[in-house]
Amino acid sequence: MSAALIVFIALFAGVTVLGFYASRWRAGDMSQLSEWGLGGRRFGSLITWFMLGGDLYTAYTFVAVPALIFAGGAVGFFAVPYAAIAYIVMYFAFPRLWSVAQAKGYVTGADFVRGRFGSRTLALAIALTGIVATMPYIALQLVGMEVVLAGLGLHGEWPVIVAFVVLAAYTYASGIRAPAMIAVVKDILIYATVIAAVIVIPAELGGYAKMFAAVPAKNLLLSANPFSNPGMFSYATLALGSALALFLYPHAATGVMAASNRGAIKRNAVALPAYSLVLGLIALLGFMALAAGVKAMPQYADAFRTFGNNFAVPALFLQMFPGWFVGVAFAAIAIGALVPAAIMSIACANLFTRNIYREFFRPNCSPEHESQVAKIASLFVKLGALIFILEGQSKTAIELQLLGGIWIIQTLPSILIGLYSRWLNGYALSIGWVCGMSAGTWMAAQSGFKASVYVLHIGSLALPCYAALSSVLLNIVVSALLSPIFNATSAPRDDATVAEDYL
Amino acid sequence: MNGQQRRGFRAIYLLLIVPIVAQLWVPFYNRAEPSFDGVPFFYWYQILWVALTALCLFIVYRADAAK
Repeated sequence: MSAALIVFIALFAGVTVLGFYASRWRAGDMSQLSEWGLGGRRFGSLITWFMLGGDLYTAYTFVAVPALIFAGGAVGFFAVPYAAIAYIVMYFAFPRLWSVAQAKGYVTGADFVRGRFGSRTLALAIALTGIVATMPYIALQLVGMEVVLAGLGLHGEWPVIVAFVVLAAYTYASGIRAPAMIAVVKDILIYATVIAAVIVIPAELGGYAKMFAAVPAKNLLLSANPFSNPGMFSYATLALGSALALFLYPHAATGVMAASNRGAIKRNAVALPAYSLVLGLIALLGFMALAAGVKAMPQYADAFRTFGNNFAVPALFLQMFPGWFVGVAFAAIAIGALVPAAIMSIACANLFTRNIYREFFRPNCSPEHESQVAKIASLFVKLGALIFILEGQSKTAIELQLLGGIWIIQTLPSILIGLYSRWLNGYALSIGWVCGMSAGTWMAAQSGFKASVYVLHIGSLALPCYAALSSVLLNIVVSALLSPIFNATSAPRDDATVAEDYL
Repeated sequence: MNGQQRRGFRAIYLLLIVPIVAQLWVPFYNRAEPSFDGVPFFYWYQILWVALTALCLFIVYRADAAK
């Protein structure tokens, strides 16, 4: 057994113990959904920081962002401004979501929409959007894990199955407390890996200047023509659209609602960019892999054939780090898959239980029953993701995740604007949602679901725009135009919330 | 509701327009020079703005907390 594998297994076993132990940590009555699914809303600023960091910066991020840069250069770097601007959105809107969730006992974003607009249909649409946008994201965490397992020489299906069975077991037992505790370990490992990487690897490659000299000139910067595709305009729309979408994902909302106080959300919006700084450095690993020339090395040829450019970072670590530290770095990525996979499956389970099962099938179910259904739902969500990957559908998962960003942003008018105003009408929002979903999906389909940028022709101008941004604009316009009509013609709806609930 | 919103708005929030424009106006930073320790401008500028965004949010947070 190699040193890398021994370190990897030891760290993995450690977090497994931690995951089961977590149920006793600040123990609550696990028969309540807000205990299992939100940790009793008792996470302070520091734990929220670790948990949201572990939740938003996933294993797949660490593998895929440098892979994009490795393959395409500058165009992939939009993830960095995206991960900074998203916190401005978080700072303003999400303390309001926390307050209203606290006041009304909401567990999901769809709960809020149900209360705010009094529309079951709209809440169902929001819940379904959240579930379908998040499922492929969970599957991609498995892809991230598969890549590092292959780097350790563990091939085949059983290692991923073992990892996921373990994950499913402690998520079932401990709920969100498990990923919250494991996130602390994950983040320490990630920081250690990244700091080591940005110090050791450029030195071995002969400095940053030499490293960037290895990048093909056309990939170093964006095209000088702002409207070329890809180009500066598409870059800005990708950064903005992704930033607006990030906190609409159910797993982000879950992390926000689990905080113990409103100030913790604001403090985290200020402190979470520390991870984005790390993300910027991680992105540069793509160039390091390029300069190290790992793709041409025969020992990695097989893995590159299987995983494509997603193998760039693992290959770089294998090439540059001593064996034991490869174990640390790979454990950081694999554990980085477990944390978001757990929170995402909990978020999906909360949505299913609250906004589909209880709303439409068992309106009078007891809190114990509700919590039990959510625990079981979390198992099915993970099982679905596992089957998807074992069936060899990684490519479909990547395409679906790309669509997921376009889908989830369609909840923006209901959630983000809804947090500030009740003027938009539930029916109008539902129609706007249908328009945005159809237009966004259609735009992505035009590239065969390969690209999320769609060229809009406005007069003589060809604007390559992130489909999420253009489709959500359509959604907002439709919702805003139809709202006065519905407000004038239909009975006034009951808003379960009052202005004070948001403060 | 609208009254609530207006009461909640503070001039210091306008500070956050700066990081948004600085990061979304790509022509401003789509160049290689001046490079920093071999890192082209495009890359170090954006990494620096992550820290500056956090700084702007911190200033707004302090102003909010002092309210």
